[in-house]
Amino acid sequence: MSLTQEELVYLKNELKRQPNEVELNIVEAEWSEHCSYKSSKPLLKLLPTEGKRVLLGPGYDAGVLDIGNGYVITVHIESHNHPSAVEPYGGAATGVGGVIRDILSMGTRPIAVLDSLRFGNIEKEGNARWLFKHVVRGIADYGNCLGIPTVGGEVEFDSSFENYCLVDVASVGIGKKEDIITTVADNDDYVVLAGGSTGRDGIHGASFASKALEEENRSAVQIPDPFLEKLLIEATMDAVNAKCVKAVKDLGGGGLSCCLSETADKIGKGIEVDISKVHVREHGMTPAELMISESQERMLYVVDEAHLEQLFSILNKYEISHSVIGKVSDHGDLVVRYDSNLIARMPARLIANAPLANRMTKKPRYIDELASAKKPSLPGDLGEILLKMLSNPTIASKRWVYQQYDHEVGVRTVVKPGYADASVLRLDNGKFLAVKLDGNSKHCYLDPYNGAIGCFAEACRNVIAVGAEPIGMVDHLQFGSPEDPEIFWTFNEALKGISDYSKTLNIPCVGGKVSFYNEGSKGKIKPSPVIGVLGLIDNVSWIKTSAIKEGDTLIIIGITKDEMGGSEYYEYVHGIVGGNVPKVDLANDGTVMQTMMNMIRNGFVNSVHDCSKGGLAVALTEMCILGGVGATIDISKIPSECSRIDDLLFSESHSRFIVSVENDKLDKVTDMLESSNVTYGVMGKAQGNSIILSKNGSVVDISVDKAENAWVSAIEGLVEHG
Amino acid sequence: MKIGIVVFPGSNCDKDVHHVLRNVLHADADFVWHKRDNLQGYDAIVLPGGFAYGDRLRAGVIAAFSPVMKEVKRLAKEGKPILGVCNGFQILVESGLLPGALMKNNSLKFVCKWTKITVESNRTPFTHTLEPKQQIRIPVANQEGRYYADPKTIETLENNNHVVFKYHEDDPNGSVNGIAGISNEQGNVVGMMPHPERASESILSPVGSNDAVLIFESLLDYLDEQR
Repeated sequence: MSLTQEELVYLKNELKRQPNEVELNIVEAEWSEHCSYKSSKPLLKLLPTEGKRVLLGPGYDAGVLDIGNGYVITVHIESHNHPSAVEPYGGAATGVGGVIRDILSMGTRPIAVLDSLRFGNIEKEGNARWLFKHVVRGIADYGNCLGIPTVGGEVEFDSSFENYCLVDVASVGIGKKEDIITTVADNDDYVVLAGGSTGRDGIHGASFASKALEEENRSAVQIPDPFLEKLLIEATMDAVNAKCVKAVKDLGGGGLSCCLSETADKIGKGIEVDISKVHVREHGMTPAELMISESQERMLYVVDEAHLEQLFSILNKYEISHSVIGKVSDHGDLVVRYDSNLIARMPARLIANAPLANRMTKKPRYIDELASAKKPSLPGDLGEILLKMLSNPTIASKRWVYQQYDHEVGVRTVVKPGYADASVLRLDNGKFLAVKLDGNSKHCYLDPYNGAIGCFAEACRNVIAVGAEPIGMVDHLQFGSPEDPEIFWTFNEALKGISDYSKTLNIPCVGGKVSFYNEGSKGKIKPSPVIGVLGLIDNVSWIKTSAIKEGDTLIIIGITKDEMGGSEYYEYVHGIVGGNVPKVDLANDGTVMQTMMNMIRNGFVNSVHDCSKGGLAVALTEMCILGGVGATIDISKIPSECSRIDDLLFSESHSRFIVSVENDKLDKVTDMLESSNVTYGVMGKAQGNSIILSKNGSVVDISVDKAENAWVSAIEGLVEHG
Repeated sequence: MKIGIVVFPGSNCDKDVHHVLRNVLHADADFVWHKRDNLQGYDAIVLPGGFAYGDRLRAGVIAAFSPVMKEVKRLAKEGKPILGVCNGFQILVESGLLPGALMKNNSLKFVCKWTKITVESNRTPFTHTLEPKQQIRIPVANQEGRYYADPKTIETLENNNHVVFKYHEDDPNGSVNGIAGISNEQGNVVGMMPHPERASESILSPVGSNDAVLIFESLLDYLDEQR
C-alpha cells in the first residue's frame, strides 16, 4: 500500500465510507506520483502553455500544434526509467510503445520517435554497457517493427546514473485538424477495449515507478509486442479516418484504473464497466489485478451505437481482439462490476485528481560549495586533449546507436541523424519539421536553474541551426525523490528556469512528464530535465547541415566565456565537478537566434553548428569531419572573456554558433551581425586536411582523419569490444 | 497499366512505395490487402518492406502463406514483373519464388545506412533501362539481409545473370559474393534488400542523389512496351 495516511483520510472523507480493497488498488495506481503529478502539479502551472499555434497543450495525451494548411503536429514525451533499469530490452521497448499510443490517442499518425538516454560510465561499468546495449536494442526492435523512424535524440553518460538509466522517448505525429480526437461522449456510448489480452505483467507498474528502485521487481515490467502495436496503429487510423470513434485512450501506467477514470473525468461523465468481459491471457485474475494490470498494446475506444459495427469490422480486419466492456453513463462515477457483482464505485473526478502533496524545499549545501572550483593546470598538448574529448562517449559520434534504428522509413527524413544539429522531417503540407531533444545533467546538478535554461536554449539552437523557427516545447523532468527537500529545491529551480526561458522567448510548453524517485546505486541521480523543441521550416532552401566546404570562411557567433562548471572538459578530462555553469543572457540569446534565422532565410550561410558539449573546439572539429575538410583558425579572432586557452577551446557558453560562409556573402553576413548588435569573429577558413588552431604558433594541429577516427570509433569500441 | 502494392499485417514500407509510384512517377498504383485472392487486372506487383507478422518464426515465412501469394505466384508464372524489397525479398524467398535464404547480418544487428549497389544484370523489367555496372546510391535497413545460397545455386545465379545487384565495396549484410538482389530464371521476379523507394527523391538523399528512381522508371518503361 503506497497511499499515505493523509490520502487515506481524504479518500474516506470524500467517499463518506471505507473504500474496499479493489477501490484502494484503483486509487493507489491513479494517485501514484507517476500518474497523478501530485508533487509537481502546482509548479507546472508556471509554464506558459498558450501560443498562436497551440491547439491543445498539457493535460492531453499529446500536445497539438497547428502547422497550417489544415494540418497539425502532435508531440509527447515519456520515460521508462525504472523498468529499463531492471529489464533494459523490454523496459525501453514498452516505453516506445506507450508514447506512440499517446500520439495515436489524439487521432494522429506517429511519424517519428526520438530518444534521450542516460547511463553510468560505460568506460568503467559493465552494467552501464549492458544497459546501454539492450536499451538501444529494445528501442530499435520496437520502433523498426512499427515502421516509425527513430530520427534523433541524445545520449549522456555520468556516474550518477550508475546501475540505473534514464530512457526518455518522444514521439511526433501528424494529422488533419478536423480529425483530432477531442474526447466527447454521450450517455450509452460503448466503451471498447482492444488489443493485447490482459495478464499479470506490469502489476503495480505505476507504483513501482513512484518509489526508489530498491528491488528488481521484474513482474512490474511489461512485455513488448510491436507487431500488435503496428496493427493497433493501422486500425486506429482507419477508425479515425472513418470518423467512427469519439474518444481514444491508450492504456499505460495504472492500466484500466487510470484509463477509465481519466477518460470519464475528461468527458465529464461516468463509465460503467463489467471487467469479466475483458479478454485475458491467464485465468483466475482478481478484479484488482484486472484493473491495474499494465499489459501493453491496449487501446480504449468510445464509440456510439451507430458506429459500433464499423469499429468491429476494422478491428476484425486486423484480427485485433476486442471486448465491449461497458458504457458511458450520466452520473460521474466509475462503476466497476464483475458479472453482476459491484466491485467498485467512486466519482471519476475523485480518482483522476489526487490530493496535492505539499513538498518542502531546501537549497542543498553542495550548490554553494561547488560553485567555485580550483582551475586545473594547463595541459601541455591541447591537440591530444581535443582527441580525448572527441572520444568521450558523451561527445563521440552516436553512429553505433542510430544505425540500429530505422531512421528513414516513412520517406520523410530529410536530415538524418549524424548530419546536423537536429533531424528534419518532410511534412504533408509542404513544410518541414525540425526536432531535437537535449539535456545536460552535469550543468543541472551544479546549477539547476541555469542548467535547465541551458538545455532549453541548446534545443532551440539545434532546430534553428537546421533552418527552423522553434514553435513549441515538451519537457521531461527527471529527479530523485520529491520527498527530499533538497531534491525538490532542484526541481523547483529547474522548472523556474524552463518557465523563464519559455516566457521570454515565447515558446510554449505543449506537453511533458515528470519522473521522480530516480535513484541509482550511488543514490539520487543528477537533476535531468530533458527538453524537446519542435521547429517549423517553411522553405526547403532554409535547411542546413553542419558539413563545411573547402574554401568557406568560418565565423564564430557569440562570446566565449569562462564558464567551465559542469563542462565535459572539467568532468571528463580533469575529474573536476564544480565551477560556474554557463548562463544564458535571455535577451541576447533571443537576438542571436533571430539573427541566425534571418541569415539562413536570406541564404547567407552554407552550414551551421551550435556550440554546446565540448565547446568550440569540438563543434569545429565535427564540422570538419562531416565536411571531410580541415580548418585553419586564428584563435585571437574569437570573441572571448577567457584568460586561458583551454577554457576558450572547451567552454560550453551558450548563444554561440559556428557558420561557414562563401566569400562573396561574407560582407552580407558581417553587415547583418553588426546591425543586429551580435558579437562575432571571422576566425578562419575551411581548407587542407588538418584542424589547425593557432595563436602565436599552433596550439592544436591534428589531421581530420585522426579526429574522425577518435570520434567515430569510441562508442563502438567500448560496446562491441569493451 | 496498374501496379499492386501488397499489404501484409506488419508491412511498413507500403505507403512509401505508393508515394514514389503515385506522387513521384504519377503511375497507377494501389494497395492490395493480403487476404485478397484475385489479382486480375494488375500488371505488376510490389511486395514492400516491413515486418510482416512481426517477423515471427522467421522473417517472411508466415506471409508466404497469405492467400494473396497464390495469385502472386500465378502472375509470376505469367511473366508479370514482381518486385520484393527487403521484407518483400524475404517473402519471395520463403514462398519459393526465389532461391536461397536471408540470414542474420554478420554484425548480428539491425543496420540502417546508405551504401552503393551496382547493376549486375539488366535482363529484368526493373533494370532493363540501366547499364551493367551502373552504380546506385541507396540505403539498407534490415537485420536479416545476408543473402545465402549453397555454392551450386550461387554458381547458377552468377552464370545465368540472375544476380541483379551487388553491393559496391560496402556490404552491410555480409552476403555471399556481396549479393544485394537476385531474379528468378525468367528475370521477371526480383528481390532486393536495399530500399529503392527511399532513394528515389534527391531531397531524401544525404548526397542529393535519386538514382534508385531508375528502377521504378525501368518498370514503367517495361510495362509501356508490353502494351
